[in-house]
Amino acid sequence: MTQLVTAPAPAGRRLPALLRTSLSRGTLEVRSFFADRESVIFTFALPVILLFVFGQVFHGDIGSTGVPFRQYFAAGIIASGIMSATFVNLGAGIAADRDSGALKRLAGSPLRPAAYFAGKAISALVVAAAETAVLLAVGGAVLGVRLPGTPGRWLTLGWVFALGGAACAMLGMALSSLPRSARSSTAVFTLPYLVLSFISGVYFVFSSLPAGLQQIAALFPLKWLGQGLRAAFLPGLMQSVEPAHSWELARVALVLGAWFVAGLVLCMTTFRWREPG
Amino acid sequence: MTALRAAGEAATSPVIRVRGLSKRYHEVTALNRVDLDIGRGEIFALLGPNGAGKTTAVEILEGHRHRDAGEVSVLGTDPARADRGWRARIGIVPQHARDFADLTVRMVLRHLAGYYPAPQDPDGLIDAMGLASRSRARLGQLSGGERRRVDIALGLLGRPELLFLDEPTTGLDPAARRRLQALIRQLAADGTTILLTTHYLDEAEALAGRVAVLASGRIVATGPPAGLGGRDRATATVRWRDEAGQHVRLSTTPTQLVARLAARAGTTDGEVPGLTVTRPSLEDIYLDLIGQSRPEAQS
Repeated sequence: MTQLVTAPAPAGRRLPALLRTSLSRGTLEVRSFFADRESVIFTFALPVILLFVFGQVFHGDIGSTGVPFRQYFAAGIIASGIMSATFVNLGAGIAADRDSGALKRLAGSPLRPAAYFAGKAISALVVAAAETAVLLAVGGAVLGVRLPGTPGRWLTLGWVFALGGAACAMLGMALSSLPRSARSSTAVFTLPYLVLSFISGVYFVFSSLPAGLQQIAALFPLKWLGQGLRAAFLPGLMQSVEPAHSWELARVALVLGAWFVAGLVLCMTTFRWREPG
Repeated sequence: MTALRAAGEAATSPVIRVRGLSKRYHEVTALNRVDLDIGRGEIFALLGPNGAGKTTAVEILEGHRHRDAGEVSVLGTDPARADRGWRARIGIVPQHARDFADLTVRMVLRHLAGYYPAPQDPDGLIDAMGLASRSRARLGQLSGGERRRVDIALGLLGRPELLFLDEPTTGLDPAARRRLQALIRQLAADGTTILLTTHYLDEAEALAGRVAVLASGRIVATGPPAGLGGRDRATATVRWRDEAGQHVRLSTTPTQLVARLAARAGTTDGEVPGLTVTRPSLEDIYLDLIGQSRPEAQS
């Protein structure tokens, strides 16, 4: 049993370093995420179940390409899983932190805001990577989804994952000030996420969607995240199925990068630690 | 000796100094030219009904809210421009926190201790708060009183020079309440300044060296609880019995009245039967100050 010190702390001691508190926040966020069964089920089980169900429904190849449709939507579901782990989890998570009083508590503590965001980013990255790994493992073992075959394709998977995840994470943080309460965060995050999933080439071949929907989807990051991942998972001949008959990797990088910057600016201008007043 | 030193320091450098603090929300005046001085090691209670401006005042002092006018200095710094170093020197115990619901008591205390330069030992705090048997429970599974003790522990974690306590003992059982009050007194004796906000007058009376009553955004009285609103000098009610029956007199000089009664008491032992001298309770004075009628009219 340790003794309590009842005198105030001595003045002039140095505050803990940013790196230490950021890592500590990251660890806490990851623990917190995996301790909350509902968000684990929504984030992990939903894409795995969708992958499995779609794998049962669609057996054939895409057109006469000889490439199984499973390979196509595996890339899409991974993209959608990355968006769920970053955009939905971060956005709803920050809204819940505001609702529960966590943000106010942190604002009254010596923690740097940067450490809070770094912790969120770390947890989003860890969750998205874990989710991608689970989807790759289940897809490979159960549905025969083939992993990227060359170092170049792994590299594409790496940067598309990082940039797409970062863009979606920023967007989630930026929109986290919108919901008035944790309950209404479903409308702000889950709804656009589900709509984008349906129109961004996750469950259907993108070029088979009506042109109008394609144009709307092309304004948002998920379409480009999926396209970039298809470049990693599908053979080059599949570029003929893309609207531009190309993976357009430069444009993928440009759009995702633009969303990252836009999200960052929005985040810095709209973020609220507490209700205004 | 300690009290003398504390009093001397309070005179030279108040921990909280507020002059002419005002805050409006649209048409509503929340705070109207409030002045406040709180010295080092004081336990100061801010009393007032709901909507009196307590929360607004405390949030401005905590740096959580902006003010419209007035000077505010907390630990020598304007809270509106305070930095992380300043926040490491204060502790805040909020009233309705529901955060960290999925994490265990020990995990949360160890994590938050890492924010501070010289924190309290988390396990020592868990013991002191009587939470040792619940240290592996998730915060979301705790009872109201247990959650309350966790929030207090989190407020104490950084070993603050100034502690903001909002309704500290709500939901605590009498034993836990008494233990906590003893701890608060010990902290104050060792130099921690404590600003308490409460509706519970008995709590203010038990703990606070001074209280201020806030009503409609103004401080209507301030002083030690025993003397609040002239309570120690207020008209006393003297009751006694004699052969003619029950007597009730209101008196500003009850001591003289009792002496006269004793002198003419017809009893053999000189006792006045049924003698009581009562002054208005803190609650009576408080309700007067905030402009509400007393529940029991004076007979």
